[in-house]
Amino acid sequence: MTNHWIDLKNADVILVMGANPAANHPISMKWVTRAQERGSKLICVDPRFTQTASKADLYAPIRSGTDIAFLGGLIHYLISNDLIFRDYVVEYTDAPFLVHPDFKMPGDLGGVFSGYSDETSKYDRKTWAFQVDEKGVPRRDPTLRAPNCVFQLLKKHYSRYTIDKVVDITGTPKEKVLAVYEAIASTHKPDRVATVCYAMGWTQHTVGVQNIRAFSIVQLLLGNMGMAGGGVNALRGEGNVQGSTDHGLLFHILTGYLPSPVASMDSLKDYITKLTPRTSEPRSVNWWGNRGKYITSYLKAVYGEKATKENDYGYAWIPKVDDGMKASWLAIFAKMYLGSFDGFFCWGMNPANSSAGAGKVREALGKLKWMVAVDMFDHETASFWRGPGVNPKDIKTEVFLLPACSSVEKEGSISNSGRVAQWRYKAIEPIGQSKSDADILNELHFRVKSLYLKGGGKFADPIVNLTWDYGEKDASGKVKHLDVQKVAGEINGYYTEDVYDQTANPPKLVGKRGDLVTNFVSLRDDGTTSSGNWLYCGSLAQKDGKIVNQMERRGKEDATGLGLYPNWAWAWPVNRRVIYNRASVDPNGNPWDPKRAVLKWNAALNDAGKPIGWQGDIPDGPAPPLATEKEGKLPFIMKPLGVGSMFGPGLGDGPLPEHYEPMESPVPANLMSKKYRVNPTIPFEKFQAQAKDPSFLFSSDFKKYPYVGTTYRLAEHWQSGSMTRPVAWLLEMQPQMFVEMDPDLAAQKGIRNGDMVTVITARGQLSCPALVTVRLQPMMVQGKKIHVIGMPWHFGWQHPADGSGGDSVNLLVPFVGDPNALIPESKAFLVNLVKTAEKRTPTPPKKALQGREG
Amino acid sequence: MEINRREFMKTSAAAGAAFVSGLGFDVSAAQTYAKALRIKGAKVTTSICCFCSVGCGLLVHTSAGKVINIEGDPEHPISEGSLCAKGSSIYQVVNNPLRVTKPRYRAPGAAAWKEVEWDWALDQIARRLKDTRDRTFKTTVTSMSREQKAADAGEEALLFPDLVTDKARDFVVNRTDGIAHIGSAALDNEECYLTQKLMRSWGVVHIEHQARL
Repeated sequence: MTNHWIDLKNADVILVMGANPAANHPISMKWVTRAQERGSKLICVDPRFTQTASKADLYAPIRSGTDIAFLGGLIHYLISNDLIFRDYVVEYTDAPFLVHPDFKMPGDLGGVFSGYSDETSKYDRKTWAFQVDEKGVPRRDPTLRAPNCVFQLLKKHYSRYTIDKVVDITGTPKEKVLAVYEAIASTHKPDRVATVCYAMGWTQHTVGVQNIRAFSIVQLLLGNMGMAGGGVNALRGEGNVQGSTDHGLLFHILTGYLPSPVASMDSLKDYITKLTPRTSEPRSVNWWGNRGKYITSYLKAVYGEKATKENDYGYAWIPKVDDGMKASWLAIFAKMYLGSFDGFFCWGMNPANSSAGAGKVREALGKLKWMVAVDMFDHETASFWRGPGVNPKDIKTEVFLLPACSSVEKEGSISNSGRVAQWRYKAIEPIGQSKSDADILNELHFRVKSLYLKGGGKFADPIVNLTWDYGEKDASGKVKHLDVQKVAGEINGYYTEDVYDQTANPPKLVGKRGDLVTNFVSLRDDGTTSSGNWLYCGSLAQKDGKIVNQMERRGKEDATGLGLYPNWAWAWPVNRRVIYNRASVDPNGNPWDPKRAVLKWNAALNDAGKPIGWQGDIPDGPAPPLATEKEGKLPFIMKPLGVGSMFGPGLGDGPLPEHYEPMESPVPANLMSKKYRVNPTIPFEKFQAQAKDPSFLFSSDFKKYPYVGTTYRLAEHWQSGSMTRPVAWLLEMQPQMFVEMDPDLAAQKGIRNGDMVTVITARGQLSCPALVTVRLQPMMVQGKKIHVIGMPWHFGWQHPADGSGGDSVNLLVPFVGDPNALIPESKAFLVNLVKTAEKRTPTPPKKALQGREG
Repeated sequence: MEINRREFMKTSAAAGAAFVSGLGFDVSAAQTYAKALRIKGAKVTTSICCFCSVGCGLLVHTSAGKVINIEGDPEHPISEGSLCAKGSSIYQVVNNPLRVTKPRYRAPGAAAWKEVEWDWALDQIARRLKDTRDRTFKTTVTSMSREQKAADAGEEALLFPDLVTDKARDFVVNRTDGIAHIGSAALDNEECYLTQKLMRSWGVVHIEHQARL
């Protein structure tokens, strides 16, 4: 989230699209309701009339996978009716920038941007660049009239998204589309603000990144970024998925979003040179210009004193992928299926249920020599060798299942969706022989290291040199019990030498060896500081020689009244609660909306004769407001040009979002392009060619599979269900898999509530009871009646033990993903339905279905 | 004082039944008493819900080393004491007969789990890891020359590397392609940090988790 949960109360309009917080983030609705109580509008756009929809002031149905058409129409509506926040757009976005004169758009080229090659399915992005002056600064037209400025390109590109076309693609009734547009557009005024809440409903598409970009453009046009009650807010689905991402548990990033080095970057210097953005814009902060300090401090954290200037701070010890090599989720299971891996750690996850193409994942696990699962409960992945249709004798994989303890049996921090890192304390010792994940990691590190120390082996340096100073050691040298506070200290970072400010005379000591660094501004690229994750610098503080864990704080002060609670726990970066908050003030530092001032520049002078400065939230950088001579800075500090990017030349599939049909689409044509039906950067033909490998199977045969399938979560279960299906209270409330369908489709198929049906896709099939409900309604798309069916994805064969829960919907979901973020397209695919049994199923009892009907 | 859980359930169920049956007398005193009994003398530890990412506050009541109650933390500024169905059920996540409480091992071809000792399991894993790592370790990879790349378009393009130089040459990678790791957003920050640190020290690059889904 750019903002945070409590901040939802500050919005005038809350759009929920691609999410269902009332079911999946239930307590967040408290803050949505607070907003509604003072007259704000909640809008829900979703294929299904969800629990959130039931609380909404306005609900609009949409065909799954057509969000860009819907939002493209909104951009067209805002621009053509001049409902934009012009001052904001001119000052704080790239709207005035001039793009390369040869740049062409899908309207000119029949569905693709300039630079596309049919042969490689890739773009040459040469013509997507900005025109620059002799200093390298983009040329701009503040009147926004130049035909090649981003604003005019936006206007032209989205003029194709007329209301009739939007309706024809999305299936949303026209009056609903217009009502949504009107409500959101109302926030173009400085004193009105809209926010958006999205989740997997936007990301799990072959145009996932562009879905989110589309609304980011809307928020920039309306001047809603950086505002209290504004922003673009991803509702993250796991307690600490924000933190696990911050800490680099993805192949392409180290901690703090530092890119993972690739083979061609042969030295630390080369890494820093290639990956540090430079800017020619003097008013830009260009925060990523600090990359060298962060990567060097990371290496110092990981390799300590063994990381020296002479050995390039141990840079060679960080493993590297080949340039362009994908080691992402889908690639891992595709490779595993082909037998590439001997070993596999499955830690706190259940991919046999939770992965797209779950059927192939289950087969892939059988190709492993050994697997280690670490979890609180046995689940469908750990026990894949005894799953449905599997003969254990045929499975040669050795499996270790290590019992992890629960979150109340250990201490540590987790970061919520609003980036607030909160400390959890240990209430009891781990139950039985279970251990904390930290202790299991400690054991594995020690034992592997011992083997290398004793017997040697391939390239032991990164293992034996790893810092692991996390508490008292036993006689063998093993850390007895891993002290998590010490890990938090390493993440925050230390001065590794006495550091002096050499500009002072005499040089002044700024940090003493062994002291915590105050924040990431203190980090250096000369090996004198360490920090395991620069974003978390400042999560610990040193006061009077004592370490204070800021994540433990419980202060309830709220000086702004906006719910920032700056003394409650700690938010990254540097306890800032609203990211890009400098965009909430005008170039003189006065809030655009004084009644919701996240930030305000106080020009009055203090005793030292300097302006008192920023008041409110922690500003995005200490520089004075933009209009301040020489020192003023632009608000979007992470962007090299300092402004919000409506034009996105860094993406692989186009600098502006364009509608393409999902890989499996129920209609014959993409109304935006005759030639390119699906995202053209996904090599459609190559997928077809690999159809002989069943892990890639998909089908756009809408005669064979005429209905749109989509997946979602239930309030009572969590993710793959491995932690909630064993919980009797929750299983009683939602005992089994089901498929929701509209009454029209059910009547057509002769299906009644509770009848058993089999849902079929190109990947496989799944039997479960039907839930016939008006929550789903057929939609008219291109003159054709389209039915969307919905299925939750928490169920699996292992719990409940009698198999009555059914199995995972991911057995049906395609194994293709977004070309930028590589997320599978789980939210829009094609299915067929067959009724298999007339009678009501024995479980759940009739009573359990009451209240879910109709 | 400790109260047997079953007795508590009976007490509260009785109080609840009286309340909903509308008998017309005030049950709030009985409810307060029941609540006081449940957690009387218990130690309170604050925590944060392990499920979705709202980050609601928990009060964990413990007695004699056992969790006896978990409820919403009224002081928490986001959740203000509220919890959803899942958050309200964490008591049963902790105290659950289905929890795995001892390491298990499944041998190749075996039809059942076997309970094993931690020491044995960890040593076995460490050995498997070292064997696989040593056998599959790549010190360098060789880039493709532009000529080779031009000649080699096609089927493998999906997973194929993009390491192309004017002339083929070696690059240091120091990795294993024989081991993959997934997980986990269910871990604490400090554990996530340790996980990436440890996996990368072993040369593992196939590291992914829930955030990609």
